Amino acid sequence: MDLTYTAPQEAFRAEVRSWLADHAPAPGSLASLDTAEGFEQHRVWEGRLAADRWSVVSWPTEYGGRGLGIFEWLIFEEEYHRARAPRRVGQNGIFLLGPTMLEHARPEQRARFLPPMATGEEIWCQGWSEPDAGSDLAALRSRADRADGGWLLNGQKTWCSRGAFADWCFGLFRSDPGAERHRGLTYFLFPLDAPGVTVRPIPQLDGEAGFAEIFLEDVFVPDAHVLGAPGEGWKVAMSTAGSERGLSLRSPARYTEAASRLVDLYRARGASGPAADEVARAYVDAEAYRLSTYWTASRVADGHAVGPEASCNKLFWSETDLAIHRAALALLGPEAELLEGGEGGPGAAHPGEWLDGYLFALAGPIYAGTNEIQRTVVAERLLGLPRG
Amino acid sequence: MRFAFTEQQLELRAAVRQVLERQCTAGDLRALADLRRTGGHAHGDVGRSAERWAVLCELGAPGLLVGADHGGLGLTDVELVGVAEEAGRAALPEPLVESAALAAPLLAAVAQAAAPGSEAEAVATGALPALARGELVATVGGVEATAAGPATTTGPPGERGAVTTARVAGATGAGLLLLALEAPGSGWELHAVGADAAWVTTTPSIDATRDLGTVEWTPGPATVLATGRRAADLVAQTADRAALATAAQLLGLADRLIALAVDYARDRHQFGRPIGSFQAVQHPLADARVRLEFARPATYRAADSLARGLPERAEHASMAKALASDAADLAARVALQVHGAIGYTWECDLHLYLKRAWALSAAWGDAATHRARVLSAALARTTD
Repeated sequence: MDLTYTAPQEAFRAEVRSWLADHAPAPGSLASLDTAEGFEQHRVWEGRLAADRWSVVSWPTEYGGRGLGIFEWLIFEEEYHRARAPRRVGQNGIFLLGPTMLEHARPEQRARFLPPMATGEEIWCQGWSEPDAGSDLAALRSRADRADGGWLLNGQKTWCSRGAFADWCFGLFRSDPGAERHRGLTYFLFPLDAPGVTVRPIPQLDGEAGFAEIFLEDVFVPDAHVLGAPGEGWKVAMSTAGSERGLSLRSPARYTEAASRLVDLYRARGASGPAADEVARAYVDAEAYRLSTYWTASRVADGHAVGPEASCNKLFWSETDLAIHRAALALLGPEAELLEGGEGGPGAAHPGEWLDGYLFALAGPIYAGTNEIQRTVVAERLLGLPRG
Repeated sequence: MRFAFTEQQLELRAAVRQVLERQCTAGDLRALADLRRTGGHAHGDVGRSAERWAVLCELGAPGLLVGADHGGLGLTDVELVGVAEEAGRAALPEPLVESAALAAPLLAAVAQAAAPGSEAEAVATGALPALARGELVATVGGVEATAAGPATTTGPPGERGAVTTARVAGATGAGLLLLALEAPGSGWELHAVGADAAWVTTTPSIDATRDLGTVEWTPGPATVLATGRRAADLVAQTADRAALATAAQLLGLADRLIALAVDYARDRHQFGRPIGSFQAVQHPLADARVRLEFARPATYRAADSLARGLPERAEHASMAKALASDAADLAARVALQVHGAIGYTWECDLHLYLKRAWALSAAWGDAATHRARVLSAALARTTD
């Protein structure tokens, strides 16, 4: 058992830290990425990261990465969150579609799509949910019909994060209406400026267009933009879902960093009071998530696959994120509702930042498969309980 | 970075598990619980199984943390957690964890640091080989990290002794008792008292298969192992190791409790379906599994920190105990609820494990006590 980093890994950490210290914008200096202006500012930042090969360190070098291992990726994430660098506007691409492509895409697809994904030139959104297919994703009805040299897509996708300003979408469509519902689905890649695509932004709880619905009318997609074999879409999608629920979307640094700021806030507020146990619990859980990630990463490095355990992960990080932010709001008391102003105290974030984080955390138990769906996966696939 | 057990570590754990599956069945535990419920055992005859203890001795378990120079296996806390987890899964009645994980390393530390030729050195080096072979069983008392106050009370020297040390696990069958006390004005003292010089009475626990005792004894120059700063360090190390070893047992217990509930939920039918197919039953079990999965790595990390003597070991042990206590407590609540009325009976095996989980989640500092220690450590760190 070895819980230490090697000298080269520590040197890598120092390099990341120093680069971020020189280049990362000051926390809060960019506009919200859910506004047109902020989206473009965040895209510029992605380009800056990519120019020095920091945007996707674990990808192969030919696609803009550094070919580094999972522990170097974790180190990068720890430093990134420690520097409180901007949120990753390209996350649906680099953390979800990218790993799926490395597993399932043909070489020419990887060569076409991964480099501009790494630089932020093409930013992706996810087209899975539909008005009548949320938790029951396999009930989706948007169709793909065979056309000369490709497919015609028709239907409606919704809750597409970053969809309001993104360039491309990856989505699941029913290509064989006669097949059993988990079969007969195909995974498509299409640009949001294609003829027949209409994007309607949806303001979220904070009033900003964090997601969108996408309408498709006879949108032509060539065969070259089908990911995996036609009819195999569910299998490919589950690989994306594994990333979404598992390690790559939510690295532990996000929570350990927030938990350490929570301790700062608790200290600034006098380090006593009824919220003490709530603060301690959130801090301990964030640390437990970090350790579990190292444990899982070691298993992955040893060649084990991560299966339905990813659902445990999603339950734990989403609840930990909420616990951290609820504890912070409890400490802020009547100031918790303030969008601006108020006092965080020395080194501590101000109330508006905690409120932002809380709104973000509240979405966690809903997206990437609701926590109720995850509990069912844990019960049936890990515990072996009979299907309901 | 490789946060995983080695093949040998997994093999040792598997060997202990295999032995306990045969030698420590629910039927064995039930027989012991029934015996104690009816008062069918005499003092000192605590219903332990000599055969079971002998098999554990063959594996070297009592001498796990004793160096090879004293006849032990010379292994570390990282091997210990696996063995303790299996002891927890089986709700082992024998004080393996008390003797192997607490008393043995404490005596080894005394043997290493005591002045050559001193009484303390003689006691420690004399006891260690017998302890490693399992011929001698020892336990510790008076070092508990608790919000309820010290386990030790001192009064005028009575017939049975001047000091009373409460809640000593494994006391009734121990040949050697390592007892700590914080004397007013003079700080910590650590004493070694033979069973023949201590008055031990059984303290009834909700868990009938756990043996808990109250020890009355009299400290004297001949019983002193360490005093002052040295004793305080040994007490702190023992409290950390107790938190770790108890956390590991709680992981095994939580796993057992969830497994029992899952088996029951697959078999039991209502409304024409197995109750385990209902989400109202599935989801609490899933939550219990999640809390268990995230308590594990924290416990294994604490083992590594103790084995390496890292400065953060106390904080890491506390984190492990807080997470494991909560995980086992949740598993116990959910398992009972899933079983329904049958789980509330003496007849059903569930209670044999429930009660051990209740006892251990509160022993050696409960979750809130340990969380408070973690928060103090976090507050003391300045962020950059």
